[in-house]
Amino acid sequence: MTRLFGWTLLAAAVVAASGAPLLAPHASDDQFRGLLNAAPTFPHLVDDSGHWHRPFIYPWTLVSQLEQRYEQDRSTRVGLVWFTRGRLVGSADDSRAPLMLLGADSYGRDVFSRLLFGARISLALSIVAALGSMLAGVLIGGLAGYIGGGVDDLLMRASDFVLVLPAMYVALALRSVLPLVLASGTVFGLLAAIFAVVGAPFISRGVRAIVRAEKQLDYAVAVASLGAGHARLLARHLLPAARGFIVVEITMLVPAFIVAEATLSYVGLGFPDPVASWGTMLHDASNVRAFADFPWLLSPAAAMFLVVLGLNLVMEQSGVAPVMGAPVAEGAGRLQSE
Amino acid sequence: MISYIARRLAFAVILVFTVSSASLVLARLAPGDYVTTSLGIDARRETVERARARYRLDRSIGEQYRDWIVGAARLDFGRSLVYDRPVTDLIPERAANTAVLALTALAAATLIGLPLGIITGSRRGGVAAWAIRAASLVLLSMPPLLTSLFLVFAAARTGWLPVGGMSAAGAASEGATFDLLRHLVVPAAALALPLAAMFERLQAQAMSEVVGQPFVLATLARGVPRARVVWRDALKAALRPVAAVYGLVVGTLLSGSFAVEVITAWPGLGRLMLDALRARDVYLVAGCAAAGSMFLAAGTLMSDAALALVDPRTSE
Repeated sequence: MTRLFGWTLLAAAVVAASGAPLLAPHASDDQFRGLLNAAPTFPHLVDDSGHWHRPFIYPWTLVSQLEQRYEQDRSTRVGLVWFTRGRLVGSADDSRAPLMLLGADSYGRDVFSRLLFGARISLALSIVAALGSMLAGVLIGGLAGYIGGGVDDLLMRASDFVLVLPAMYVALALRSVLPLVLASGTVFGLLAAIFAVVGAPFISRGVRAIVRAEKQLDYAVAVASLGAGHARLLARHLLPAARGFIVVEITMLVPAFIVAEATLSYVGLGFPDPVASWGTMLHDASNVRAFADFPWLLSPAAAMFLVVLGLNLVMEQSGVAPVMGAPVAEGAGRLQSE
Repeated sequence: MISYIARRLAFAVILVFTVSSASLVLARLAPGDYVTTSLGIDARRETVERARARYRLDRSIGEQYRDWIVGAARLDFGRSLVYDRPVTDLIPERAANTAVLALTALAAATLIGLPLGIITGSRRGGVAAWAIRAASLVLLSMPPLLTSLFLVFAAARTGWLPVGGMSAAGAASEGATFDLLRHLVVPAAALALPLAAMFERLQAQAMSEVVGQPFVLATLARGVPRARVVWRDALKAALRPVAAVYGLVVGTLLSGSFAVEVITAWPGLGRLMLDALRARDVYLVAGCAAAGSMFLAAGTLMSDAALALVDPRTSE
């Protein structure tokens, strides 16, 4: 049951990210200058006199420019139109009364649309980075475990070292070596590479242990004596044994990377402004007044929570340790015992 | 045992040395330096060169690194370019703030997480165990970045607690400690809650494994009360996983406290390092890294000691 809930959350995130251009009522950089920090517009079915209508919204009218307070104009109903302009749903009068399900940010942009487009960047980045960690980790761990000796010592010492460092500071230091302002494509590649470096040791430690253990087993000896080369033995027979471990590790790295992107963007070292990612959206909300008065600006934080929760629920029910620290603990155990 | 301690100490020294050296070199390799970021791009060439010479940034990386190492050996970590004060004046206060935050969070997480983990791990079912487990799962999905955002929001909405900083302006001196404690609640809770959840899950797992072992059944069969078996005999055998994770938790705490410090405006090491990195203040960056890595080294040493206490096999 909880597992089903977890899968539902993940599926929703994937649908939101991949369907963003269709599902989002606006583009991620559409601005409504008259509606800075406006509250969400909820679709209604019944008007004040109790009559039923097709779904409609009330437009906002500005009450106080200074406090950015708005009031609903209950006298006019603006209907919703479906499947127009290539979008699933939108307001019939988009320029005057746009549909903003999660309100507007301080630039007057639709938070809901930005949340959907942001999901693309945040999720894609963390998945690419997790796959990068996997490639690097499997390569390092596989070689260390297979060759053994000095190579093993060197690679594992290096892995231990990165593992002990606080990941956030490593990412921060590596990021700030490069120019502070970069194009968004460059930032994507850069962050993915940095995260891959930080995440690789988590995978390499385990893969190394598994390859080392499997190499001793009868089947590996048999395959080698049948004439299989080193590369074939490693890639076809030993590494597949680590598949389960790698899947678990990736599901733990993805949420960590989502949060890392958000943290870096929050402090202004992530994506540049007009780009919508969950981190840049939080950056827009980064002052105290925004927290208290415009809570919908926190919706990227809620979205992050739901995705991470989904992953944790799915993992917990498949009988795998649901503990973020579990692989760390295992690594620590190994660290200490050497 | 002695060679074990020696090896761990050597690791700690190498850690501090490598991290601070690497951060100095990285900060120096970064495009632009303090002069270009502080004077802007339309400063005149002579002004820029004069400023570079004044801050001694006109040396090569090798020279600068050598001078820094020689100075660091005498505990002189250079002058901060932004604050124009010795780095050793700036760091201790900020490091102490981070330490207060991290240690409070660690203590709170241990006091909350361990007992709850023992309870959930030693019971099969029941509403209490189920509720604790659910709460842990929710909190595990909320890293310090999210907990601090939500807690700051709650504090700002209710007005019960201060939302940021370390002290209220104009607080009376006799109420200073109380004021500090009030400001500590939000950041420390933001850092402690996910950690407590992690401890709870780890401890529950270890506990449920130990409870299934024959010696527990045997002790119960001898007529020892259940509570005593769980809290004394089984607990002793189930402490290893959490003790093992303590050393790496320091890293997690530092990573987490970075996010918390930025969001709750807690004046700690993380914010100082962020500002130093942005301003290309090379010596301050290296100083912060040195201080941070000393925390790490101290943490790993303490966890080694804790682990050796819980499980003497470790040090063999």
